[in-house]
Amino acid sequence: MYKIVAKRELAPKIKLFEVDAPEIAAKAGPGQFVIIRQHETGERVPLTITDYDREKGTITIVFNEVGKTTKELGTFEEGDCIRNIAGPLGNPSEIQKFGRVLCVGGGVMVAPLYLVAKALREAGNELVVVVGARIKELLIFEKEMKEIADEFYVTTDDGSEGYQGLEFLTDILAKKKFDRVVVMGPVIMMKTVSEMTKPFNVKTVVTLTPIMVDGMGMCGACRVTVKGETKFGCVDGPEFDGHQVDFDELIKRQRVYLAEERLASVFYEKLGGLASDEA
Amino acid sequence: MTKPDQSQPAKRSKKAVLMPKQEPEIRAHNFDEVALGYTEEQALEEAERCLNCPKPQCIAGCPVELDIPEFIRLIKERKYEEAIKKIKEKNSLPAICGRVCPQEEQCQKLCVLCKIGEPTAIGRLERFAADYELKKGVETLPLPKPTGKKVAIIGAGPAGLTAAADLAKLGHEVVIFEALHVSGGVLVYGIPEFRLPKKIVEAEVNYIKKLGVKIRTDVLIGRLHTIEELFKKGFDAVFIGSGAGLPQFLRISGENFGGIYSANEFLIRVNLMKSYLFPEYDTPIRIGKKVAVIGGGNVAMDSARSALRLGADEVWIVYRRSREELPARAEEIENAEEEGIRFQFLTNPIRFIGDEHGWVKGMECIRMELGEPDASGRRRPSPIKGSEFVMDVDTVVVAVGRTPNPIIQSTTKGLETTKWGTIIADEKTGQTSIEGVFAGGDIVTGEATVISAMGAGKRAARAIHEYLMKK
Repeated sequence: MYKIVAKRELAPKIKLFEVDAPEIAAKAGPGQFVIIRQHETGERVPLTITDYDREKGTITIVFNEVGKTTKELGTFEEGDCIRNIAGPLGNPSEIQKFGRVLCVGGGVMVAPLYLVAKALREAGNELVVVVGARIKELLIFEKEMKEIADEFYVTTDDGSEGYQGLEFLTDILAKKKFDRVVVMGPVIMMKTVSEMTKPFNVKTVVTLTPIMVDGMGMCGACRVTVKGETKFGCVDGPEFDGHQVDFDELIKRQRVYLAEERLASVFYEKLGGLASDEA
Repeated sequence: MTKPDQSQPAKRSKKAVLMPKQEPEIRAHNFDEVALGYTEEQALEEAERCLNCPKPQCIAGCPVELDIPEFIRLIKERKYEEAIKKIKEKNSLPAICGRVCPQEEQCQKLCVLCKIGEPTAIGRLERFAADYELKKGVETLPLPKPTGKKVAIIGAGPAGLTAAADLAKLGHEVVIFEALHVSGGVLVYGIPEFRLPKKIVEAEVNYIKKLGVKIRTDVLIGRLHTIEELFKKGFDAVFIGSGAGLPQFLRISGENFGGIYSANEFLIRVNLMKSYLFPEYDTPIRIGKKVAVIGGGNVAMDSARSALRLGADEVWIVYRRSREELPARAEEIENAEEEGIRFQFLTNPIRFIGDEHGWVKGMECIRMELGEPDASGRRRPSPIKGSEFVMDVDTVVVAVGRTPNPIIQSTTKGLETTKWGTIIADEKTGQTSIEGVFAGGDIVTGEATVISAMGAGKRAARAIHEYLMKK
């Protein structure tokens, strides 16, 4: 059992938990994830670690309430316990002095990107940071990112704050030479950014969050094609070279359980949580 | 031909007493246990068939050296509690072994009754004794005097649980580190409920806990702690029983289409996460109308029979050799056939065909023929040119084997491995290339059986005990 010691709402439907997990906190690194299972009938869900405090013995996770599991998780309060947390899983993000790094984050993944960006900053990199969301109300970690960035941009899909869309990135890439691009966000955004950076021949690292069950290399649900080879998101990743990833296949694989996810969501919302009553 | 003497009742039937089962047409639609176990009368009748040979052969066939004739003798005398005690001297997981051991390849194969008919149904009798005790309530043993030595066991599967039980019985402090959220390893993520109910595994795990063994779940050794750190934390020895948990794929075109599962994913969803109870349980599974399961082992049978129970119209086992070479347990092949699983023998898939949504809709196959025996002793299959054909399928389960989990090997300096990624360990002791580190089960041998992993756990426990007492 892992106790939630702090809860915050960062934006509508985007919640942050600080969870008591001293052993995981002692080992966690930027870019790694945990698998959580909220109760006995719950599913195993991967969530990227967004922060850790080794002294306090806590880790932080941020999630977006999109499906049944995350909606239910959002009802957990400070003092409540998450049944299982396994981690840290996956390989930590590659952190070293690259020179000038462009960090692009979208949606809920801006939170774990902040941890990676902080580490890159500490390693002595110059940081250009772009954070984005669908609409301005959903922007998170703006202030924190701004503090550590040498240059900072905001973008929204509808243009309600900052730039509209991602086209402006081409100007940024054309103006300055980058040594590395780090992208964390929705698959479609990572695909777009990877396509934009390719002509500039800059190494672009994306963090993939495919569907997974165990998160330890056992199920193979998270398989992605990278440079024509099948890789497992959980043990070979989660970071991959964005110029080598078959994003179209990944997008299709993300949709495999769309119907079931909707069904579970409807059951949960209309019938008031069938599963949680049983647990 | 002489007629059998009718006046004398036949002393010993040539056939074993059948075990009652759920009817095929009923069980094909539920996940309840198929085999129901002997009644007391049936157990007594079957026990009577055992000859209690003065020089029993069966024991040699058992990887954990169970005193088979003795426990059967105790059943004959209706001393069921003593029978299970006798079994538990050697085997800490009898209710599991009675259900999933390939007895026909081991103890029963060597039974002298094979010469005149069917061997004594040792597995069914073992299950009877174990279930008798579970129903009655498992007795807690007095714990031995602590030795003050501490052993870390990696993996709560058959090898780890067995090693843990044996070491605890010798007075050592034992902690098992399990990566998943529940104990049992392949017994809970792999073998389906209808063949091995989870409550049986739970009961036997509880017995091991009663021996004083502590189990910590959600701990992936290699990530959360390394083996080196375990020694720093005060453990005196480590046993690695992390199993063969990585799925193998066919490496053919189209394998990442939706609807194509590794057997591991399919069974983990169905068994471990109970997706057959979705949406009561949160983990979904998507099953189509026509399912092909690639492979011919127990995992393939388990996947096929699970698919049928999830509501598929048609389930095919596609195997590249012929029926004779099927590596699955005989009883499970028979069960699968009774339930209506269909077989495509001498057939191998060569590519998958997808629809516009990236979902599998077909599988191109090629017919095979058998040539000379290969390294495994089975005849090597080779493709027949020009025999390609397409099977329409909307779900595929790839059950062509599992490989060792690499996380420990890659995070433990000095741990020697083979080119297949298995850990090199002494066959008799489980000793690895690092002092105080032992290994056994699938992580050493590659994918094998529950009982062979238990045998390795047992031998390693003995060696660890010797090592600790000398230290």
